[in-house]
Amino acid sequence: MPREKVTLDANEAVADIAYKLSEVIAIFPITPSSTMGEWADQWAGAKLPNLWGTVPSVVEMQSEGGAAGAVHGALQAGALSTTFTASQGLLLMIPNMFKIAGELTATVFHVSARALATHALSIYGDHSDVMAARSTGFAMLTSRSVQEAHDMALIAHAATLEARVPFVHFFDGFRTSAEVNKIERLTNDDIRAMVEEKFVTEHRERALSPDHPVLRGTAQNPDVYFQGRETVNPFYAATPAIVQKYMDKFAKIAGRSYQVMEYFGAKDADRVVVAMCSGAETAEETAKFLMNKGEKVGVLTVRLYRPFSVEHFLKVLPATVKKIAVLDRTKEPGATGEPLFQDVVAAIAEGITNGTAPFKTAPVIIGGRYGLSSKEFTPGMAKAVFDELKKDTPKGHFTVGINDDLTHSSLEYDADLDIESPKTVRCVFFGLGADGTVGANKNSIKIIGEETDNNAQGYFYYDSKKSGSVTISHLRFGPEPIRAPYLIRKANFVACHQYSFLERFDMTRYALPGAVFLLNSIYGPEEVWDKLPQEVQKDIIAKKLKFYTIDANEVAQKTGMGGRVNTIMQTCFFAISGVLPRDLAIAEIKKSIKKTYGKRGEAVVKQNFDAVDAALDHLHEIKYPEKVTSKLTRRPSVSDAAPKFVKDVLGQMIIFEGDELPVSAMPVDGTFPTGTSQWEKRNIALEIPVWDPGTCIQCGKCSFVCPHAVIRQKVYDPALLKNAPATFKSVDAKFKEMPGTKFTIQVSPEDCTGCGLCVEACPSKNKADPSLKAINMAEQPPIREQENVNWDFFLSLPEVDRTAFQPTTVKNSQLLQPLFEFSGACGGCGETPYIKLVSQLFGDRMVVANATGCTSIYGGNLPTTPWSQNKDGRGPAWSNSLFEDNAEFGLGMRLTIDKQTEFAQELLKKFAGQIGDSLVSEILNADQSTDAGIKAQRDRVDALKKKLADNKDILARQLVSIADVLVKKSVWIMGGDGWAYDIGYGGLDHVLASGRNVNVLVLDTEVYSNTGGQASKSTPRAAVAKFAARGKGLPKKDLGMIAMAYGYVYVARVAMGSNDAQTLKAFLEADAYNGPSLIIAYSHCINHGIDMRRGLDQQKAAVNSGMWPLYRYNPALVDEGKNPLLIDSKDPTIPVSEYAYKETRYRMLLQSDEARAEMLMKEVTNDAAKRWDLYKSMAAIEYKAKNPES
Amino acid sequence: MIDLTTQYLGLELNNPLIASSSPLSKKADTVKKMEDAGISAVVMYSLFEEQITHESLALNYFLERGTHSFAEAATFFPDLDHYNVGPEEYLSLIQKIKSSVSIPVIGSLNGISNAGWVRYARNIEQAGADALELNMYHIPTDVDLAGRDLEKDYIDLVKEIRKQVRIPLAVKISPFFTSIPYMAGKFVQSGANGLVMFNRFFQPDFDIDTLDVVPTLQLSTSNDLRLPLRWTAILYGRIKADLAITGGVHTVEDVIKSIMAGASSVMLASEILEKGTRRITELNSQLLDWFEKNEYQSVRQMRGSMSQQNVSDPAAFERGNYMKALTSFDNRILV
Repeated sequence: MPREKVTLDANEAVADIAYKLSEVIAIFPITPSSTMGEWADQWAGAKLPNLWGTVPSVVEMQSEGGAAGAVHGALQAGALSTTFTASQGLLLMIPNMFKIAGELTATVFHVSARALATHALSIYGDHSDVMAARSTGFAMLTSRSVQEAHDMALIAHAATLEARVPFVHFFDGFRTSAEVNKIERLTNDDIRAMVEEKFVTEHRERALSPDHPVLRGTAQNPDVYFQGRETVNPFYAATPAIVQKYMDKFAKIAGRSYQVMEYFGAKDADRVVVAMCSGAETAEETAKFLMNKGEKVGVLTVRLYRPFSVEHFLKVLPATVKKIAVLDRTKEPGATGEPLFQDVVAAIAEGITNGTAPFKTAPVIIGGRYGLSSKEFTPGMAKAVFDELKKDTPKGHFTVGINDDLTHSSLEYDADLDIESPKTVRCVFFGLGADGTVGANKNSIKIIGEETDNNAQGYFYYDSKKSGSVTISHLRFGPEPIRAPYLIRKANFVACHQYSFLERFDMTRYALPGAVFLLNSIYGPEEVWDKLPQEVQKDIIAKKLKFYTIDANEVAQKTGMGGRVNTIMQTCFFAISGVLPRDLAIAEIKKSIKKTYGKRGEAVVKQNFDAVDAALDHLHEIKYPEKVTSKLTRRPSVSDAAPKFVKDVLGQMIIFEGDELPVSAMPVDGTFPTGTSQWEKRNIALEIPVWDPGTCIQCGKCSFVCPHAVIRQKVYDPALLKNAPATFKSVDAKFKEMPGTKFTIQVSPEDCTGCGLCVEACPSKNKADPSLKAINMAEQPPIREQENVNWDFFLSLPEVDRTAFQPTTVKNSQLLQPLFEFSGACGGCGETPYIKLVSQLFGDRMVVANATGCTSIYGGNLPTTPWSQNKDGRGPAWSNSLFEDNAEFGLGMRLTIDKQTEFAQELLKKFAGQIGDSLVSEILNADQSTDAGIKAQRDRVDALKKKLADNKDILARQLVSIADVLVKKSVWIMGGDGWAYDIGYGGLDHVLASGRNVNVLVLDTEVYSNTGGQASKSTPRAAVAKFAARGKGLPKKDLGMIAMAYGYVYVARVAMGSNDAQTLKAFLEADAYNGPSLIIAYSHCINHGIDMRRGLDQQKAAVNSGMWPLYRYNPALVDEGKNPLLIDSKDPTIPVSEYAYKETRYRMLLQSDEARAEMLMKEVTNDAAKRWDLYKSMAAIEYKAKNPES
Repeated sequence: MIDLTTQYLGLELNNPLIASSSPLSKKADTVKKMEDAGISAVVMYSLFEEQITHESLALNYFLERGTHSFAEAATFFPDLDHYNVGPEEYLSLIQKIKSSVSIPVIGSLNGISNAGWVRYARNIEQAGADALELNMYHIPTDVDLAGRDLEKDYIDLVKEIRKQVRIPLAVKISPFFTSIPYMAGKFVQSGANGLVMFNRFFQPDFDIDTLDVVPTLQLSTSNDLRLPLRWTAILYGRIKADLAITGGVHTVEDVIKSIMAGASSVMLASEILEKGTRRITELNSQLLDWFEKNEYQSVRQMRGSMSQQNVSDPAAFERGNYMKALTSFDNRILV
């Protein structure tokens, strides 16, 4: 069977092999490996058989630890089993990996290698995860490219069966895992020819079976454990040869030859670089470039990293080598060098010692770090390493790719070195996530790869925002193989798909002289030139760029594509680039549209066809003058008013120039200032809400639900309006606590995402025109500047004195300053309004432990953070530990606060003489149940500090240093359902059981939102999710019920779109309850497939259907003789289906498998009814007041 | 022997009771139950032009929205192999129903534009439908759209559908034409074999507390029969097409009135939805009783007996009767 050429990424290429060679696949989502699991799940759902004709069993586990355990069990029972993971996920697998290797069990774990969370989490690629697992006993096979990842996956699976040593097969996360490249797909015959059935049989024969029982997993004592550990030596000794045997076999089958240690370069090289994965490919291409210039250089790629074969290593190393640089894509602080460096040093030392080295004198060996967290590793950097080796005393322990101005480890490099073939066409596209640019470019690269003889490569960069995110696509194609695993810096084609980027980013810097610059312009061909910033005009003229424009937005609007300009821009790209004849290109685009969208219906195909057909009529080449004519300039990254750190550091990251920041610019311990999102001003909304004071009833609902805290309200002294801008609006305030004041609702125009949730929440309609409410969406550009001025004036008005009123109503609560603002969450996010509310109520005294997930990304992903501060410099203190340990992490914070409070109280008594008995007594007995009480306590603590200011006693100093804990603190443990229901559940359960005063907020989206919607145990029956493609067949876990079972945990289930007052009450009660509290908050989500603007309606429907009953379980009521469970919602009034079928996650099952959808809908309806009846009966139980004498 | 058989669109029916286009045909089991209860034919629920387009675009929108925007989540849903967003599901249901019942099955298309969707008519025919009912439902809101232009669109659409299929074609019309007989004639000339009277327009209501327009769906009552009754009586004998009455047929008297006006069949939905399929059996049995008691031999005999052509006072259907009706109210005015 001929092998087809396919254009895909490494995750798919690897999953393809792993799936075909497995019977049991245990998965858990973690970036960037998730799609391997998703492919496996999807193929199993589609009943795709493996090599032996059976459909593998794919099971999602609660964590990577669980996945490894399941694989271990499956292997023990005789299955061929695999899993996919990365980063922390691999760390969670380590205990089982030791076991699996110790028991000599054949398996392959495929790892898209990723940075570990240290001073910060990073989802990007390096080898710190696999290096942390190098002592497990797993063999480690590496891949440098998409094709190699496909090939090595097969070699690993084949070799492990014979070697009995389990394998980690790893490749660079993102750089390889997500790179789209044209490869040759191996056929089933190829795979079959590689795997020796004899070893499959032997694997099965070692299985645990009561038919031939054995005991495995014993406990051993000092007498024999050591000897037992040494029994595996022959297996490890044999593994490199076995791997080489399968590599040789593979070469015969597929024609691609690999070596466990592979050398490329001059036979008489004096300088050699040793590396693994994609960095080795760049080094090799650079060596080729240098050799053409007569340099004697070479690259040794370590393909089999463990077992590290000294023999193979020394065999390929040229005898002429004088200097070696070892590149590690990891960092091991405090070590004598990074792991690969140490291995190389040890190997050569051993070779010289035992005489197997090809030289008598040891070469100079230096080690260096590169590419951490997908930091670029370019030919310029590789050359810098070769150049360093030319020096008499090359720098050891160097870094390359950064500017280390702190310890001066970095090598200088030529950022402009370009070694690529001039025949390779390079294209860079700037787009918005929402406009479909990346999707279209993936599609283009597939068309080029599969419909032409060209080789093709695509790589996609994303910023970390979930709304208004910027994407940069890097596409290469040409007749020669593309071995360039780094971003394009010089392009033949640069496209800007969003006009607003012109004022933010320098895009033409990517353009080569004479390149094409394609702009999606809101201005016509006659006027566009004068609307470009001066910097852009200058660059276009200087580089003599061919300048094209198209009003893709107009075409998209006319053809019903909305904001998705993807196929329009794609058509222009093909038309201008000439990669295919125009008619053929259009035919191919249409073919691809039909393939991608055909199953979604003809209307979709037609819409896209219309857009393609209309595109070229709107494409214009612009002839421009040879001088700069524009009056406009690019905007600064942040306002001049921003603090220095924001301007100098965060501002650079905002405009994608963070790579240029030196080491000294970064905090040493990952600590960053809060309150920085206010400077980012992303200006992404096309429409923003505008307040109509005449219709407003000052209920606060718009502000309450605003996910981005861009709608604020204030009550203030009318005299302050004296200097108000002309268009600033105000009305008499309707707050009984503050008579004679004025009231304003103000929107921040450049922070708003335009989600419209506020308009949906507004209950007040204009009586003359009910289509209008008290807040209405209006086009942003015409009012942007005016509202900026109004916003600045609004900020200058004083915040409302929080001691002057009680925040017990929705209306009042919205007078409190949000200390969580302008996050990069999805427009209309269902989670952030809850977080913002917590920050309003308790922000100036709260500590947050945040589980990894959406919340930690929009909360803590650089460059800026929405966590903010008030004018006193108080605000939430926030940290993220891991995904799995968040409850314990928060408990630790509580334990410290409790301990220090106790200690402070002890010291208070000790120093009562100096402090004064009455102040001590007041502090110890303070009522801190209100903001006024807290303010009074803060004043007392200030007084205490003053009294002890001059006391030099160690304990007095200790008291001063911890005295702030005497002011009540609120510990909030936050995360999503993936954390609370699955990976973190064991810890959460323990923390709730601890009885400590922590507040747990579960933002329940009913899927793993951050990684793209994989099913969790919170996913309801009948909903489709990744890993539950046929609709989840089992009901949602009732976390609240489990917590209630303790009897002393405050539990609330809330949905602010259904009952905002109940939500507010629950948060206040949870904080007030002196024990563990759990709030489970319905969070509508983009993963539900809903119109996000109607998210609140869906919350209401969820409650009205009985799918999301609202309740509060307050153990404090038991003491009052009351039933602790209060049900806050009414008997269901609509069928579950009426709620569910408004969401794509349910509806798509109906549209794909109606019979199953109907069956599951019946069952989920039953689930809801049963749960409702149970709650009702629990709430009806009569409680008696505790008898004080009993 | 009383003969309840009738002919509608050239189809031989056991009796005049047809299940009209409604959710009753969404399941093959329900259609089978109706057949067992004595229904003589079933009109399928309507395949809506807008629904097909909307479902397709909506599905695509929600599957695509936000994708490829964020490094950790390129997509949000698994990409399933197949979606029933086209007419396939509808067509396979017709096939399923046809294989499980022996009564005629009439497909139903609902739309107004003369666009690509009209080929679904052919698909319905290929799926095995015995006839097709075209439901034209349009609420004009454009002040510049002349009635004659709209009427032309209607007529063109009937012609286009006629081209697509060879099976009999019924057109379900609205009662809001300036001249119903003229339009009825045009539809027949354009290829309609039968007319169904009338479309029920769902009239929205207002919620005066929330200032919302509230869509309402109310089942018909016998009072709704008057309108189709009059126009059936007027049209009977004047056009060469079978007439069917739908909307307001609940009792045996309603059935008899309809036949007397000239309908060759009556279509029921509300009555079956409210009371179940057993109501079909009851109505058939009551129909026989009535025929027997009143010494009618057959539906053919009764059909059109009270049409305008046949009644002793043809003006009763015309403007003069309106005056009479108003006068009858005069006596009841209390002030």
